[in-house]
Amino acid sequence: MAERDWFLSELQHRGVSRREFVGFCSVMASALALPAAAGARIAEAIASKQKPTLIWLEFQDCAGNTESFLRAERPTVAEVVLDTLSVDYHETIMAAAGARAEELRDKTARDKKGTYLVIVEGSIPMGADGAYCTIGGRSAIDIAREVCEGAAATIAIGTCAAFGGLPAAAPNPTSALGVSDALPHLKHVINLPACPANPENLCALIVYFLTFNRWPPLDALRRPLFAHGKTIHDNCERRAHFDAGQYVELWGDEGHRTGYCLYKMGCKGPVTSQNCPNVRWNGGTNWPIGCGHPCIGCAEPDFWDTMTPFYSHLPNVPGFGLHTPVDKVGLWATAGVATAFAAHGLVQIGKRWLGSDEPTKEARS
Amino acid sequence: MTHVVVDPVTRIEGHLRIEAEVEGGMVRDAWSSSTMFRGIEIILKGRDPRDAWAFAQRICGVCTTVHAIASIRAVENAVGAVPPPNARLLRNLIMATQMVQDHVVHFYHLHALDWVDIVSALSADPAKTSALAESISDWPLSSASYFTGVRDRVKGFVERGQLGPFANAYWGHPAYKLPPEANLMAVAHYLEALDWQREIIKIHAVLGGKNPHLQSFLVGGMATPVDPDKQASINMGSLQGIRELLAKARDFVHRVYIPDVLAVASFYKDWAAHGAGVGNYLVYGEYPEGEGQEPNLFLPAGILRNRDLSKVEPVDTSKISEYVTHSWFAYDGGDDKGLHPTAGETRPNYTGPKPPYDRLDTAGKYSWLKAPRYDGVAMEVGPLSRMLVAYASGQPQVKAAVDFVLQKLGVGAGALFSTLGRIAARAIETLVLVDHVETYVDELADNMGRGDLSIADTSKWEPSTWPREASGAGFHEAPRGALGHWVHIRDGVIANYQIVVPSTWNAGPRDASGQRGPYESALLETPVADPEQPVEILRTIHSFDPCMACGVHVVDAKRRELAYVRAS
Repeated sequence: MAERDWFLSELQHRGVSRREFVGFCSVMASALALPAAAGARIAEAIASKQKPTLIWLEFQDCAGNTESFLRAERPTVAEVVLDTLSVDYHETIMAAAGARAEELRDKTARDKKGTYLVIVEGSIPMGADGAYCTIGGRSAIDIAREVCEGAAATIAIGTCAAFGGLPAAAPNPTSALGVSDALPHLKHVINLPACPANPENLCALIVYFLTFNRWPPLDALRRPLFAHGKTIHDNCERRAHFDAGQYVELWGDEGHRTGYCLYKMGCKGPVTSQNCPNVRWNGGTNWPIGCGHPCIGCAEPDFWDTMTPFYSHLPNVPGFGLHTPVDKVGLWATAGVATAFAAHGLVQIGKRWLGSDEPTKEARS
Repeated sequence: MTHVVVDPVTRIEGHLRIEAEVEGGMVRDAWSSSTMFRGIEIILKGRDPRDAWAFAQRICGVCTTVHAIASIRAVENAVGAVPPPNARLLRNLIMATQMVQDHVVHFYHLHALDWVDIVSALSADPAKTSALAESISDWPLSSASYFTGVRDRVKGFVERGQLGPFANAYWGHPAYKLPPEANLMAVAHYLEALDWQREIIKIHAVLGGKNPHLQSFLVGGMATPVDPDKQASINMGSLQGIRELLAKARDFVHRVYIPDVLAVASFYKDWAAHGAGVGNYLVYGEYPEGEGQEPNLFLPAGILRNRDLSKVEPVDTSKISEYVTHSWFAYDGGDDKGLHPTAGETRPNYTGPKPPYDRLDTAGKYSWLKAPRYDGVAMEVGPLSRMLVAYASGQPQVKAAVDFVLQKLGVGAGALFSTLGRIAARAIETLVLVDHVETYVDELADNMGRGDLSIADTSKWEPSTWPREASGAGFHEAPRGALGHWVHIRDGVIANYQIVVPSTWNAGPRDASGQRGPYESALLETPVADPEQPVEILRTIHSFDPCMACGVHVVDAKRRELAYVRAS
């Protein structure tokens, strides 16, 4: 009960009424595709939960996911939800430095073994005995192994942590891997990709966990279905223009200004699964296609290699043109993604088979 | 002699390690090491130059616009694309917003906790805090009950034993000088700034789809259409939204950030005597106002040497060279000569201790950063460099703002060459920009009203319009300082890509002659009361606003094999 009072007074202090909070929980319920009544259950769960501990590790990262996390919206309420985590280690924001920072991380990992959450941002380099990324003199893989193995669950946030991302783009100079590839035996890994990940999705993921004490259903790439269950193309506000054959032909032309489909400018929306069109960014302000630029496919594995050149429209589609039925695009898209994923999977199998700890990116493509 | 290691240096972007020798309560020598490498230039090789901005942008998610800007400018320079006025204005708006947001976040969330003691805030009297706040600003969130709420909130954290990100810091250290009331006020503004930054960065979402990693950059212009009569374009409604957010930005900067910087600085004036550093300053200049090859720049370019404000030299980028003598890279012609970025030739060559390690071999190679030099000399880049060059050049807005701050603090211009000077310069720059940025909105609105809806030079979009070989350079003043990208294009793809980044200039190691980099130099003679709690080292390092992921670049585009030499 004390926990609950504390939480509600916390909300009040931040100018959030109980009513608003329950409203927020209903929004979360709908983001998670749950029945509306689940909102009350979420509110109950969040308000009464012990504050779970979080360790946020940064490896080969750009801090873009950290920055994204700091933009979490659904005004103030989402921040409160995130505040209800005790963020014991996060290099970008924590006050302690050096040995004292490491002490905190090690103490949490020791004292709360099996109960804390880990968020990993950035890929893990396997080359040069780990010297491509060290913290306090220890390699990223060494720290990741120790901290993630003792966690209740690991969230790989952003495409680098999920799939290797930019550092793993060909020719993968540092033999960088995503978390689940670097630590293949690790259990309870959830990938929350995109470059950066959308803070609303992180928020929804955490709320889900706090509510049900389990993680949401995942796709084959360990991404939550609530955020990655449909393609950008399926939900795009410009879809009608695609169907009508109305395309942007030149930057700044009449079609571009009117909001026509960006397919011909290279849009990767048809082969990218992410909820950008619904959730949008920065508190629903906008999203990339909304500002006039094609989707670059940032939530998909290896997008830096498979989705480039970014401005070439989806390439080598036999017979695809203005007169091709839309279904065919969908078919191609499914086939393309399936091929990419199959290749990814094969490398995983091969890697385990060969026992190699330094797979190169070339091997994947 | 005590050997102090600070690793990880927290509250920065990326991975930084500082090693220092401390004797007699003072730093006698220091080494700055970047401990993470990705190899983004290697990855860029063979790619479509029009894609390069998106790759380069991911160098950093904090200064999330800067590498995209420098990259599109470099490629435009190479292929001869000329962005139209609207693209220039959209970019200026994006860059200035980034600068303002980044500087405020740096002060409150990355730097303040070196000066503000959170635990001390618990013993503050809210009524006195209110009186203090009202004496320095008319910001409305200043009542005693407001500060009581903030204090109780922090108290809640402490009593629950869940201090989260505030745990285990150097609280109570004698170097913390603020009275409890000033600490409490700063803590309140720390929390307010968290909300504020999330709001004003929506300007980026309007103009770039999202932040971090805006997605509207384009070689030749911008991908954001402008049209007063269209729903899917930047129209008068979007511009009005931007104006409202800019008003919020101005309000907070004038009524919270500037008064806080002045108040905090007044307790730490002794830090105007520490952290001077190399005393040479490099600025490429920024915010083109007008068209053509050499438009007027709102913040001027220039070089200052030896803290001499009487002479501003023009910048000659051919004088830039990078050394790898103490960096984990190798040059074909030997590691002791410097190379210009266009001749950039390097390969990763890790010779450090095998992790886990306790000490770096600072006599040998010890960082993933190269050591850039201008005319053979180490240069500091960043807000202090920009404000000094603008001040010395007589830029009127900067001159007025610098004089205002110096007068408020009761110090002379000499105080600027210091740790405190960097903090003041960042605040001054924010003030100047936040008051100026709306002119870009005005100009954009004027253009749209006259029917000028052009956003991109599409004549050079297709690679078939490019020469077989083309080279270009793109320069930008990022929040952390002078940034340069150099690109060489052959047969429509990137043959070579080199980046010389602000944090490479500032955080780089020694060069062939043993000359220290700016961080290393600035740490000399920094007082350290307790080597176990080196908060003073953090103060000077954070005053530069390190961005380590940015700093590490470099790669030989010609070589793909990676040679490793392991220390035996």
